[in-house]
Amino acid sequence: MGLFILRRVWVMVLTALCLTFVVFFLTNLYPNLEKLAKTQGNMRMTDEEVARWLDNRGYGAPILSKYGQWLGVWPGWTHETERGVTGRCIDGLATPEQAAGAPRFCGVIQGDWGYSTVFRDEVSGIVGTRLGLTGKLMLWVLVLMVPAALAVGVLAGMREGSATDRTLSTFSIATTATPEYVSGVIFIAIFASSAVGLKWFKGTATSAMEDANFENFFLPVLTIALYGMGYIARMTRASMTEVMTAQYVRTARLKGVSFPNIVMKHALRNALIAPFTVIMLQFPWLLNGVVIVETLFNYKGFGWTLVQAAGNNDIELLLAVSVVSVIVVLVTQLISDIGYVYLNPRIRIS
Amino acid sequence: MSKLAEYDGPILEIDKLSISFFTRLREIPAVMDFSCVVQPGEAMGLVGESGCGKSTVALGVMQDLGVNGRIVGGSIRFKGRDLSEMSAAELRDIRGNEIAMIYQEPMASLNPAMKIGKQLMEVPMIHEGVGEKEARRRALEVVTDVKLPDPERILKSYPHQLSGGQQQRIVIAMALMSKPALLILDEPTTALDVTVEAAVVELVKDLGKKYGTSMLFISHNLGLVLETCDRICVMYSGEAVETGSIADVFDKMQHPYTQALFRSIPLPGADKNARPLKAIPGNFPLPHERPPGCNFGPRCDYFAKGLCDIDERVPMVDIAGDDRHRSRCLRIDEIDWHAPVEASQTTARTEPGNVVLKMDKLKKYYEVAANALFGGGATRVVKANEELSFEARESETLAIVGESGCGKSTFAKVLMGLETATEGQIILDNRNIEATPIQARDTKTVADVQMVFQNPFDTLNPSMSVGRQIIRALEIFRVGRTDAERRERMLQLLDLVKLPRAFADRMPRQLSGGQKQRVGIARAFAGGARIVVADEPVSALDVSVQAAVTDLLMEIQRENKTTLLFISHDLSIVRYLSDRVMVMYLGHVVELGTTEQVFAPPYHPYTEALLSAVPIADTKVEKTHIVLEGDIPSAMNPPTGCPFQTRCRWKDQVPGGLCEKEVPPQRTMAEGHQVKCHLSDEILRGMEPVIKVAAE
Amino acid sequence: MDPLGWGEIIARVLWQFLPVWVSLVALFAISIAFKRRLGLYGKLFDSTIGMIGFALVMFWVFTGIYAGLFDMIATHDPLGQVSGMKNKGPGTPLQGAGEADYGWYLLGGDNLARDVFSRMVTGSWVVVQIAPLATLFAFMVGITLGLPAGFYGGRLDTFLSFLANLILAFPVILLFYLLVTPEIVATGVPNYMATVLFVFPLIFMAVLLNSRFHTKPGFRTPLLIAVLGVMGWLYLSLISEAGSKVAVLPRALDLFDIPGGILVVFVSVVFVNSPTVFRIVRGLAMDIKTRDYVAAAQTRGEGPWYIMLWEILPNARGPLIVDFCLRIGYTTILLGTLGFFGLGLPPESPDWGSTINEGRKLLSIYLHPALPPALALLSLVLGLNLLADGLREESLKD
Repeated sequence: MGLFILRRVWVMVLTALCLTFVVFFLTNLYPNLEKLAKTQGNMRMTDEEVARWLDNRGYGAPILSKYGQWLGVWPGWTHETERGVTGRCIDGLATPEQAAGAPRFCGVIQGDWGYSTVFRDEVSGIVGTRLGLTGKLMLWVLVLMVPAALAVGVLAGMREGSATDRTLSTFSIATTATPEYVSGVIFIAIFASSAVGLKWFKGTATSAMEDANFENFFLPVLTIALYGMGYIARMTRASMTEVMTAQYVRTARLKGVSFPNIVMKHALRNALIAPFTVIMLQFPWLLNGVVIVETLFNYKGFGWTLVQAAGNNDIELLLAVSVVSVIVVLVTQLISDIGYVYLNPRIRIS
Repeated sequence: MSKLAEYDGPILEIDKLSISFFTRLREIPAVMDFSCVVQPGEAMGLVGESGCGKSTVALGVMQDLGVNGRIVGGSIRFKGRDLSEMSAAELRDIRGNEIAMIYQEPMASLNPAMKIGKQLMEVPMIHEGVGEKEARRRALEVVTDVKLPDPERILKSYPHQLSGGQQQRIVIAMALMSKPALLILDEPTTALDVTVEAAVVELVKDLGKKYGTSMLFISHNLGLVLETCDRICVMYSGEAVETGSIADVFDKMQHPYTQALFRSIPLPGADKNARPLKAIPGNFPLPHERPPGCNFGPRCDYFAKGLCDIDERVPMVDIAGDDRHRSRCLRIDEIDWHAPVEASQTTARTEPGNVVLKMDKLKKYYEVAANALFGGGATRVVKANEELSFEARESETLAIVGESGCGKSTFAKVLMGLETATEGQIILDNRNIEATPIQARDTKTVADVQMVFQNPFDTLNPSMSVGRQIIRALEIFRVGRTDAERRERMLQLLDLVKLPRAFADRMPRQLSGGQKQRVGIARAFAGGARIVVADEPVSALDVSVQAAVTDLLMEIQRENKTTLLFISHDLSIVRYLSDRVMVMYLGHVVELGTTEQVFAPPYHPYTEALLSAVPIADTKVEKTHIVLEGDIPSAMNPPTGCPFQTRCRWKDQVPGGLCEKEVPPQRTMAEGHQVKCHLSDEILRGMEPVIKVAAE
Repeated sequence: MDPLGWGEIIARVLWQFLPVWVSLVALFAISIAFKRRLGLYGKLFDSTIGMIGFALVMFWVFTGIYAGLFDMIATHDPLGQVSGMKNKGPGTPLQGAGEADYGWYLLGGDNLARDVFSRMVTGSWVVVQIAPLATLFAFMVGITLGLPAGFYGGRLDTFLSFLANLILAFPVILLFYLLVTPEIVATGVPNYMATVLFVFPLIFMAVLLNSRFHTKPGFRTPLLIAVLGVMGWLYLSLISEAGSKVAVLPRALDLFDIPGGILVVFVSVVFVNSPTVFRIVRGLAMDIKTRDYVAAAQTRGEGPWYIMLWEILPNARGPLIVDFCLRIGYTTILLGTLGFFGLGLPPESPDWGSTINEGRKLLSIYLHPALPPALALLSLVLGLNLLADGLREESLKD
């Protein structure tokens, strides 16, 4: 087991390195840098001025060296002018003596995530706050989605072909067919707009960042949960119907076990093995939903930050965002593997 | 305590039972007018081919026919009470308590996510409301009863940690937990190896006696029913056609189907040249395409037009003089039941020709990861084949016999070139091919060595028409120059395997199992194969079809002088058709010789056990019962020394524990008869024959 | 003229769809009449769910074709702005309409005074064009890579699976932002990706035909030359675009030009979908390769590609067809997502995602610009899901 986790962690690190390099590469393509220079400096810079601007800030180095600097395995750039020394690891302008005293490496490994050009703040601080806000959203999504989806799936799969099954299955198909930007729009139109006039909920969740309550937080949570729910419910139903026709359930029935006990004791655990993996693999999707819903409801969390960073080519923020999201995805995959092994005794001991 | 005390009538009375399944299109009758009575302590065998409705009867008794199935007529009475009139709660009370059921697939009938102990304890906890402690004590007791080693550990394990034989014992234990009055066994040993099957059958018989349980034993194997049951009921296409005591039905059969069935299975004395099997012509009718009148009519030798085909159900009639012996035939009195079998054409024995294939000390080892899921560095060597040496001649049938894990499939793969040998040689026509993978073999070699597969439902590509699949083989073997020529050759091949030419345009799903197997044979002979490996070609087919396919194979072999390597675990069929036999166990050849030599002493101890384990459907045969302990060891972890030493009953006759230390040498007992054993010559020669046929 | 009431709006909208209704009725009548001879497609008409799904899907397909190719159904130019119609409610009469013009904005006007109904109808054409085709390309990539990964296993499988997981671990929206922004498009990265991704159908066809006919070289060689010639030309026309980084084909030979925005959207959707298809195909291949008919093909010396493409692939078709339908739905959602974030497609494009995005800004006051495209997208994806469900149910029944 230890070896297994070790291997998975190694694959995780490798994946994270590859992905961040891809992001790094794409964000550091010249047109992007040029745009960065112009927005940060001056819109009417000439090509030479742009090149100089970039060189002065370490963007001119080869891509691998820049990536190494960001990671913290390559010495940070320094730039000497007659006025002093600037550099990746130096705050502002410094004298050569001060520069010599500054650390040579300052990248992710050293805990330095860089500086956001959009928010004009330390990246680590921004990501931390935003992640907290999104965490709150995700928590409620999971609290709503998982039990509801499992219940729907189990109830539908318990008796295949029954009226309950048909109703619940149609419901789950309908929810999977409704992406967040459609359901969100419909919900806002019905429950929050002045045109319909119900006005049960608020159409934005900005105020929920400080003080979340049912009125301002329910719609975004519901919007994300609904889309993911149908998928999990269908998986649960499929696996439940399969289990209910399995030989061992027949054995249990012919042993005289009552129907509720068959479902609870014999079927449920076996039926939950497959959906468990699905729930965990749902995280990358949820992340998608989060981005859409945070944009739609103007909730300034992690997804909103991603859009801001990507839209403005905020390189270091974007890198941090991708590292975090990749790690979230990979960690959930790891948990899903471990949980699968735990739920399924067939794999655990062999 | 048995629950018989309260009631002394018949345990189970089924009277004129009819069961149908309802689909969107039509009603499909699965069981029609079925009657049978099981007395206390009696074992009733229910025999028939797949689709004859025998399992439906069992499920009808359990009142578990699913959403589509319904009892449309007749009654099932258990201890005098009509089961179909019981409420759900009453049924629950009876299921598992008074009637218990054992199924074909032991692995599937145990809950994979629940410990064995818990699954067993559930039974008394539901039905007798006993506490956990008491339930556990009883579980322990019953696990000891089914002769499982280390019951404490077994109770704590999950089903997948046990072997197939152990799982089936657990299923039996679970069924016997509440000492039921009736035990229904639905093909309980089909998924098990022969030697394991013998042990399980022995156990069921003993426990049945011990608890005084009545049994309904469902099987397709007449031999197994002979060994376990008191009475038998033969079913055909939804109806019981003959029922009676074992002795009556086996020796004085009064129904053409029963007779045809017995004539189509290889019993001792049958011989492919002198006394060939007699296949039942035609196919089993589909449930919605049954003929008018007698269901067996179209396939019956005694069919009389105007009598057997009028649209009226044939009634069951009592046979005078016998004990509850009944048959469903309109011509019972007209048929001479003792007439000798019509001498179907006998053929001259073909003499084997030159050696075409020679294996010399062939070895195949695999390296596998020690832990499949988590990977990791450690690998383990699996010795799938150890020192295989034999020769095969032209037009000879060499049978390769063994149970699961004996390495017969690996051997086939190496011969076909799907794997390359680790050591040793394979010589085909004086050329070494052991290291040539199939991609590197020339077309001729590939076409020469072909294979017929076991599972008819898997052997043909489901999305390609029959004709196309054969033509593809012709293309690959470069037979014929134009498409037209190849099409003509394909039609000839269909003739060869006795299929109508119209089948060329059919899709495999429109064919029955036997027909698919014929196409498989045609495909194998497409390039004029000289060596054909037949991997259990008939074991998945119904008894009545087996004979036809076997005969076809023999006929083609005779015409083409093919060398046939016949892989099988069924010794009856091996004795019937093979010239020489090779017995394998855990990758070793333990015995090799002509059919007569192998089937008579001196035996290798494993051959002896195997012979004793095979059920034979003949009341005149007497068998010595040798029950092997335990299961076949895993090839991943074979025992030291002789591979068979863990289960050998002769082991203590060899001094000095030699069996545990050394692999025995290959010894020649007679011309062409080799045995791999440490036993001394005297002991080997002093062995008693396992099968004795009483004089007629 | 007076504003229309709701009853009249509905009647007029239904009337506008007349060609679609006619086509649907004709299609269903013919299909049901011949359903026993139409295989799996015919069996679809045994399942209510499947029929509803199919009807929804075909409704939008017909709408897309009639609106996109024949300029029917839509009442106005989807891009045309009419003064005074800004944010007007459904059924508002057109001010100063000429004789030839349709007199009303049936579903109202959006914030740029364009007709919501016409935009919704024309928007379906974008989806009907891109979604199935992009899914098809994703399947080509997934199949061509998934089959060998599942069949051979080992290092190849490890490597390809790692790549697939790499892409799957990437948040889709981030990927879109990285690929679709104008700066990246300027560097030509999407064009290079198109060059790589779109070559897979060529590889697929070449291997498919060669493995099948290599025993008859006289037939195979001309066939391959003809098929690959045509496909190669189409491929080059597709990827080469004058003025972009990949302009390999002279303009005279270039059959058609895909607008840059569409190509980028197309590439990113294919790229995001391929790994999932890869995983499905890989799993199916691993399952089917243990069958006896695969062993039979091996023992008669068939090459690995014949086995993969002619023995394994046809028998994996059931689950693949079902997934194909589901995946078109997912692709539609992805296209909507792109539109929603204003990526790729031009801002005035009538596609549903972009219209929803524009409509949502004034959602708390005006509902009518955002709701029709939202419901349209919902009904199409729902139809595809129901269709897949019906197909799955029917294919299991055999």
